[in-house]
Amino acid sequence: MDQIAGDLRLVSLRKEFGDFVAVDDIDILIPKGSFFALLGPSGCGKTTTLRMVAGLELPTAGQILIGDHDIASLKPYNRPVNTVFQSYALFPHLDIYENVAFGLRRRGVKDVATQVEAMLSLVELDAFARRKPSQLSGGQQQRVALARALINRPEVLLLDEPLGALDLKLRRQMQLELKRIQTEVGITFVHVTHDQEEAMTMADTIAVMNQGKVEQLGSPMDLYENPKTTFVANFLGQSNLLTGEVMDRGDFVGVKVWGNHIKIPASRVATTNAKVWVGVRPEKIYISAESNHAHDHLGNQLIGTVLERSYIGVSTQFIVEIPGFLHDEKIMVFEQNVDASEVMAGDQVRISWDPAHTFALDAKQDAYAGDVLAEAE
Amino acid sequence: MTSKKWVPYLLLAPGALWLAIFFLTPMFNLGATSLYDPSGSLESGYVMNGHVGNYADALSEYWPQFLRSFTFAAIATVLALVIAYPLAYAIALKAGKWKNILLVLVIAPFFTSFLLRTLAWTAILGDNSSFVHFLQNIHILPEGGRILATPFAVVMGLTYNFLPFMTLPLFTSLEKVDSRLIEAAGDLYSKPFTGFRRVVLPLSMPGVVAGTLLTFIPASGDYINAQLLGGIKNTTMIGNVIDRAFLERGAYPTAAALSFVLMAAIVILVASYVKRAGTDELV
Repeated sequence: MDQIAGDLRLVSLRKEFGDFVAVDDIDILIPKGSFFALLGPSGCGKTTTLRMVAGLELPTAGQILIGDHDIASLKPYNRPVNTVFQSYALFPHLDIYENVAFGLRRRGVKDVATQVEAMLSLVELDAFARRKPSQLSGGQQQRVALARALINRPEVLLLDEPLGALDLKLRRQMQLELKRIQTEVGITFVHVTHDQEEAMTMADTIAVMNQGKVEQLGSPMDLYENPKTTFVANFLGQSNLLTGEVMDRGDFVGVKVWGNHIKIPASRVATTNAKVWVGVRPEKIYISAESNHAHDHLGNQLIGTVLERSYIGVSTQFIVEIPGFLHDEKIMVFEQNVDASEVMAGDQVRISWDPAHTFALDAKQDAYAGDVLAEAE
Repeated sequence: MTSKKWVPYLLLAPGALWLAIFFLTPMFNLGATSLYDPSGSLESGYVMNGHVGNYADALSEYWPQFLRSFTFAAIATVLALVIAYPLAYAIALKAGKWKNILLVLVIAPFFTSFLLRTLAWTAILGDNSSFVHFLQNIHILPEGGRILATPFAVVMGLTYNFLPFMTLPLFTSLEKVDSRLIEAAGDLYSKPFTGFRRVVLPLSMPGVVAGTLLTFIPASGDYINAQLLGGIKNTTMIGNVIDRAFLERGAYPTAAALSFVLMAAIVILVASYVKRAGTDELV
């Protein structure tokens, strides 16, 4: 078992439940020692993927390789993989010490005491060794679950929505702590979550999953700045998506959006179709009074009217209506609150942004895919 | 606020009254009877003279029946546990949509009377039954050998009759075991049997304790099985002795003393068992 080591590779991995395809031939390479996140809405196949790596589900087809070893058919107890379960699954009849020692004892490891004490101090729970799980808070239970898995020094540690049960403040704190621990131990972490902020805070690489497939894989910055699908554009943060038609192609692609000319770097156009969605993130847009030409040099500009203005502390959010645009193609603009904004609701405004912050996606895709608010309606 | 203090007592009242009339009073009478002069009779009346000797007589004369009762009850309890545990495990964790139907089947024997079910066993174990012929044919039982009227028959009857009392508490505690804990044990290098021994079994201990108590206690005092399935020798349980002392011989003081000894013995056995099983683990 010890010689199974190296990168984790999922090759054409597939899982069907009856007629339902939960995981649809995915291929992912997760380098050894990296912090990897599988991000997606519920039912996208991320947890099924994780359970196949853990050995709790048998793949319908495909391989799960660690280094050169295919572990897909190994029993869970023969895999160098451990799991931090959603809602922890701590053994209620054992104290914290015995919970953490469980894996070591099953493998007949000698210096259990030394290792358990070291692990409990890594997760700062030394004082709680003899308590039962039910006597601990949610955050402490979470750390026990982490310690119980991590002490076995697995090749791959799987985390299934590990912070889902914690409140917001504790979750933020645990995100940083998980990242610290991962850096300290250098073990490959595969983290399943539906929370994009959680994935972006911790992971080196994120695979965004949707309907059993990987939509896009990359660093958090890459995914956010350069989404390749409308699903990614909407699921990670928010995006303005406008109906556009490609007019000319060069280093910059010229796109007509309801009579306005917009420029996009050719490298940020993800389709060869003429009909596109023109995308720009709300915080990349500058908003100013129509008479203010300070941002004219940026290159992309529209004139419109402020419909709504809401002050939310860190930023002010505007909804701007552009004459000639479709009813639901209003533009969202987030302005950092450095000074009080000069723009009020009802004002005529000029909005400007850099072509380098613009992207274009295939117009055949659903503009609302991955939009949590729109899909809830 | 003050009026609300009454509420708990009011709620307790019916139960307390019931127990006072139908449990404490008879207990007190039984205790008094056990100290009557044994030379009296129901017709001539008894004299209360604090005759503690009733206890000594009861023990010295009937200790083999006490011992036999607890032995039979213990064997029946162990057999019931061995049969009921896999059954309860399967119903709780593997049965899926069949769960409710199987549970009904477990309690189905209660739809007929205890007496009738035990009588049915006299047919199953009778000298001309196919079961006995089968055992004779494969030479487990010698030619002309019997099952009925042997200790074996009594223990089988006890095991059968108290099986649901073992199965239901086991089912209840096994059903509460979170299946993710079994997954977690597998994830932490436990083979299925180790996972069972280290996680499922300890978590089902409350059910094991409840089930063994619910089987052992009534089985110790049972007399129907010994009466219907037992014989003249080596099968008489203490329940039969008490039954006869009360109803046939009219030896009320002896019978009362025997009842108290049985009760005390069960309390002591149960208390030491529960203490060993570790009550603080049992939530």
